[in-house]
Amino acid sequence: MTQVNRLKQGGRIDRSRPLKFVFNGQQYAGYGGDTLASALLANGVDIVNRSFKYSRPRGIVAAGAEEPNAVVQLGATEAAQVPNVRATQQALYQGLTARSTNGWPNVQRDLMGMVGKLSGTFMPPGFYYKTFMAPASLWMTYEKYIRKSAGLGRSPAEPDPDSYEHINQHCDVLIIGAGPAGLTAAVTAARNGARVIFCDEQEEMGGSLLDSRELIDDMPAAQWVDRILDELSSLSNVTLLPRTTANGYHDHNFVTLHERRTEHLGDSAPTGGRRQARARLHRVRASQVVLAAGAHERPLVYANNDVPGNLLAGAVSTYIRRYGVMPGQKLVLSVTNDHAYRTALDWQEAGCEVVAIADARANPKGELVEKAQSLGIRIIAQSAVIEAKGSNRVSAACVAKIDADSFSVVGRVEELACDTIASSGGYSPVIHLSSHTGTRPLWRDDILGFVPGEVKGLTATGGVRGVYPLHEVIRDAADAGVRATLAAGVKTHAEATTLPQVAARQDGEACALYQVPHRKPSMRAPKQFVDLQNDVTAAGIELATREGFESIEHIKRYTAMGFGTDQGKLGNINGMAIAARCLKRTIPEVGTTVFRPNYTPVTFGAIAGRHCRDLFDPERYTALHQWHVEQGAEFEDVGQWKRPWYFPRTVNGKKETMHEAVSRECLAVREHIGILDASTLGKIDIQGPDAREFLGRVYTNKWAKLDVGRVRYGLMCKDDGMLMDDGTTSCLGENHFLMTTTTGGAAGVMEWMELWHQTEWPELDVYFTSVTDHWATMTVTGPDARKLLAEITDIDLDKDQFKFMDWREGTVAGVPARVFRISFTGELSYEINVQANYAMHVWKTLFEHGEKYELTPYGTETMHVLRAEKGLIIVGQDTDGSVTPEDLGMQWAIGYDKPFTWIGKRALSRPDTRRADRKQFVGLKPKDAKVVLEEGAQIVLDPNQSIPMAMVGHVTSSYYSPTLGHGFALAVVKGGHQRMGETVYLPMVDGTVYEAEIVSPVFVDPKGERQHV
Amino acid sequence: MSDVKEFDTRPAGNPSAESPLAWTFHRQGVLPRDANAGVRLREKSFLGHLILRGGAIILDEAVREVLGMALPARPNTLTLDESGERSIQWLSPDEWLVIVPGGEEFALESRLRKAMGQAHYSIINVSGGQTVFTLQGEKAREVLMKSTLYDVHTQAFPVGKGVSTVFAKSTVVLRRPNEDSWELVVRRSFADYCYRWLLDAAAEYGAIVER
Amino acid sequence: MFHIYCPYCEEHREEEEFHPKGQAHIQRPVDPEACSDEAWGDYLFFRDNPRGIHHELWVHAVGCRKFFNITRHTVSYEILETYKMGEKPSITAADLSEKDKQAGVQAASGGWQTVGARPESEALNKEARA
Ligand SMILES: [Zn+2]
Repeated sequence: MTQVNRLKQGGRIDRSRPLKFVFNGQQYAGYGGDTLASALLANGVDIVNRSFKYSRPRGIVAAGAEEPNAVVQLGATEAAQVPNVRATQQALYQGLTARSTNGWPNVQRDLMGMVGKLSGTFMPPGFYYKTFMAPASLWMTYEKYIRKSAGLGRSPAEPDPDSYEHINQHCDVLIIGAGPAGLTAAVTAARNGARVIFCDEQEEMGGSLLDSRELIDDMPAAQWVDRILDELSSLSNVTLLPRTTANGYHDHNFVTLHERRTEHLGDSAPTGGRRQARARLHRVRASQVVLAAGAHERPLVYANNDVPGNLLAGAVSTYIRRYGVMPGQKLVLSVTNDHAYRTALDWQEAGCEVVAIADARANPKGELVEKAQSLGIRIIAQSAVIEAKGSNRVSAACVAKIDADSFSVVGRVEELACDTIASSGGYSPVIHLSSHTGTRPLWRDDILGFVPGEVKGLTATGGVRGVYPLHEVIRDAADAGVRATLAAGVKTHAEATTLPQVAARQDGEACALYQVPHRKPSMRAPKQFVDLQNDVTAAGIELATREGFESIEHIKRYTAMGFGTDQGKLGNINGMAIAARCLKRTIPEVGTTVFRPNYTPVTFGAIAGRHCRDLFDPERYTALHQWHVEQGAEFEDVGQWKRPWYFPRTVNGKKETMHEAVSRECLAVREHIGILDASTLGKIDIQGPDAREFLGRVYTNKWAKLDVGRVRYGLMCKDDGMLMDDGTTSCLGENHFLMTTTTGGAAGVMEWMELWHQTEWPELDVYFTSVTDHWATMTVTGPDARKLLAEITDIDLDKDQFKFMDWREGTVAGVPARVFRISFTGELSYEINVQANYAMHVWKTLFEHGEKYELTPYGTETMHVLRAEKGLIIVGQDTDGSVTPEDLGMQWAIGYDKPFTWIGKRALSRPDTRRADRKQFVGLKPKDAKVVLEEGAQIVLDPNQSIPMAMVGHVTSSYYSPTLGHGFALAVVKGGHQRMGETVYLPMVDGTVYEAEIVSPVFVDPKGERQHV
Repeated sequence: MSDVKEFDTRPAGNPSAESPLAWTFHRQGVLPRDANAGVRLREKSFLGHLILRGGAIILDEAVREVLGMALPARPNTLTLDESGERSIQWLSPDEWLVIVPGGEEFALESRLRKAMGQAHYSIINVSGGQTVFTLQGEKAREVLMKSTLYDVHTQAFPVGKGVSTVFAKSTVVLRRPNEDSWELVVRRSFADYCYRWLLDAAAEYGAIVER
Repeated sequence: MFHIYCPYCEEHREEEEFHPKGQAHIQRPVDPEACSDEAWGDYLFFRDNPRGIHHELWVHAVGCRKFFNITRHTVSYEILETYKMGEKPSITAADLSEKDKQAGVQAASGGWQTVGARPESEALNKEARA
């Protein structure tokens, strides 16, 4: 394939670096410095896609982020698939492989086009609402079909081989956009010593200067760009970020930048050397932001303006001057302003024919107009292209005299043969980013566009605030650079701000034209496209207003204008202008829709960053983790902790099932001895003369008389009376306590206590410090626990000296230890606490001595079974934030007569907490001994009632008990405490109904004798 | 305030001790030793860590008397003794972190308690609960930028500064004891996660890990 | 993502370091037993949701662990001040409504999200023409 449209010379491409690429299965050639779009144009590829709704052939329209049609699926292999890439933004690399995203099964001729032609209006405006919203259940089916046929790209089906990352940045001044305004502002801020981050979304920095005809300091603008970039890259206070799109502008000058680091090099990051991230998400906190995003040229809306060969005027100049590509041979230009005349000059200089310029103004005058006239180019005043001819490529332009005020064609229509129509309806400042903050853009009649509203810490400069002539842009941007630098608290000095010399150009005034009138009314004229990506036409907007939609936000949703990845870059203003005309309002009265992040699509990898795979979330390990791993433990996630779930043994080459392992572990504890790593329990050291008083206020029970050496179980409520956490607290000294919390509740309880101390009771002298990680906790439990511990401790374990709910200190295996005689199993238990660095030594010593007792390690599942057999709750499993201690039947742990109204007490006398039919905590014994009820199963009193049944409670915990030989459950049941012995029913999804008896939640050793031995 | 239970958690004998990264190093086997590494990482294990809570004035007097160092009174600051082995860091208006060579912490706690007399304060030994990573090398700052929200630019984070902040999805105490190193005080249970994160973030620069 | 000045750390920190804890200046009744059920319910469950100035309790959870207050504008999200526990806000809803009036800020009419509303645009255009 030859590059038929490539100019012999010119452009910024590197002709010494030829590249091969594949588009829709066909091989083509391009050069280094090309975008995929410029390379496709160079190869004469007219049709790059099929349109979303009508399946019309579409070509390249723009040269940047605003491109609506050339949206492709990138990637040679399945794992490298990237959807929704704009060909205008994708640098060409060797072997690049892309496909049209729309246009299944192929862009030249496809199924949907036939459907569109046959049924006429396959998807009129409001189609989504009218057709797909009812019944909602069918949406999933429709959506699949629409996505497939409209082709909105697809995600890869294989894992992405690349890595991505976030990086946090801070600066005095963030400058967004590296056109003339951004470069001037950046160099101004940088020379004054500000910490500068300077980003631009394109492959090369320079923006409009890269294809400008103007001179700066007597040199071509592009040369001046190189000089400024050289200076900036030599400064240590400047971070230059090309290929980096500012995608979101969030609160308090927090801006997210998406940097594509290797996407110009290949499908995946280069391999071989050290691993590089394919993309980086910069999270920038900027003291000041200078927004120099420039403006997007606005196309004119005329009939068949979507036929390939219709382009933006500025894009044509960009392709000629920057990429050395001629998008056609014969040009008709339709304009409303002087600036667009440069396209005719560029076209003619490149040696091709400018058929005519249709200028909507009655009397165009200005330097560029005069230049065009002097070159003999035909200018047709007060006219516009009203219709393009051709189907797969423009073949002619219909030009006619128009009257914008009466919105009508007033002269005869002249058909001019051509292959390219370039249009310019003026410029729309790129206000997307400023709008992300929620500020209202402001309409300016003089520039016919919206400009950014006020945002604290934001300075807009250049095109984005409607300043277009180059000499004015540079003055404005230098001023913006100084103001932002000062606002960031950096001193400026005058000599740092020397303005480059630019000749002032005299431009004539532009005129307002959005939709070009046609001889036929919009509804009957050939389609006049407003939003090419979403296939929204002028007639569609007219229809929406006729159907009663007046708010631009409603019109947007009804027509899909500005939806999705497009975010209204090209069409929004034209759409609003058409709505305003139909509604007989002004554009500011109609307003604009809200732009939202992201400005252009961001790969999910960049959003996830390093938070994926084995770094997705922290995994917290106890000091004994290695032992658990080496013993083959299965792990359970408890919060961020990895806790051993159970320890399956392999017997005769066969690994135990979970049920077998848990049964064995349970029986070991009940019959001889087991050991649990309980290090994950939250531990808080409490010191101060008011520690005891404080405990009395945050716990429901009494603390006034707990002696040194004693331990007590406590319940913690919120002030609404609902249980929030539980645990034991030990009195270490008169002014010194050690509190334990649930594993998951540790951080919350700590913050809770600080909240009350700092906001309500600052007069109490007490300090809390987390010691969770400092101590490792090992629970030895079972009838043989005393015998084992006695072998390796100097603590007197005599049952009358060291009683249940006592704690003692001494050494265990030679390591200083605090030992707590508390029990979560109902068996004789000792919780051994040692400094975590020595935990492994103590643990291993316990096993050395424990072998003869068949010391059995057990995990959280066995712990759950054993505690449930004893009716001991787990906060968050048996409770859910709507359960009071009274609902749990734990009146024994409530200090009703404590002098201070502790947290949660007052709520216990509210009418709702006094209701007799509150759900209360009970045990459930299935009538069938083989049944283990499902946790979460709903409980009913009458299984024969009609659906929906009256549900009176649910199962909170349910296990098989190897000790009892049957299944058992814990549950909450309305008025359950008064229903002992009653039968309840549990209807399951499959129609089975289980029967169970309400019993006491304590199933094993109801008198609690075993833990006291 | 004598009604507090002092407890030396360090054994008198010499039982084997395991640092928070023991399992991590064991699992990794061979530690990274890249040529031209941009980052060097080292665990300073088994140090003595104390948390002091109380009023700044009385605590300042006590640490001057016992440690011969001033309490850093300004937020987010750190003071070190001449050897650089003992440090005190501001954590909050009534909370400081003291790090001393391993084995000194219990004697230090006892002497501080004596010096504090009957004032209201608390001292908590957390030596088993945290460890210190030292991060050095010309790319150390870049690795930190990928890991923490806090501004680690020299202007914003001079030597002698220390903050508690977010690190990846965890938290650390981050400090700059001298010109060429950063220290991360990491909670024991998060040490493996923070270590793996740091090495992953350093992949493009190359890393050396020293024990 | 907010940037919040912690009055105890005396510098701005990123929002991830903080936890919001709801409306500020909610005081627990001194004698809960003497409260009517209604008064206790008010204390437990009822909070303001103003458009404009709001005083909020936050905690510097990943920093100094201190609680403090923020005066925040619920429309612009601007943080107007932060102040320590026990201190009073210097900016209240009463002050700002006056300032708002002077600046010509309109109250929400509800419903439409339309932006680029007329009064501001008109003023600006007058300026541009002059
Ligand atoms: Zn703070």
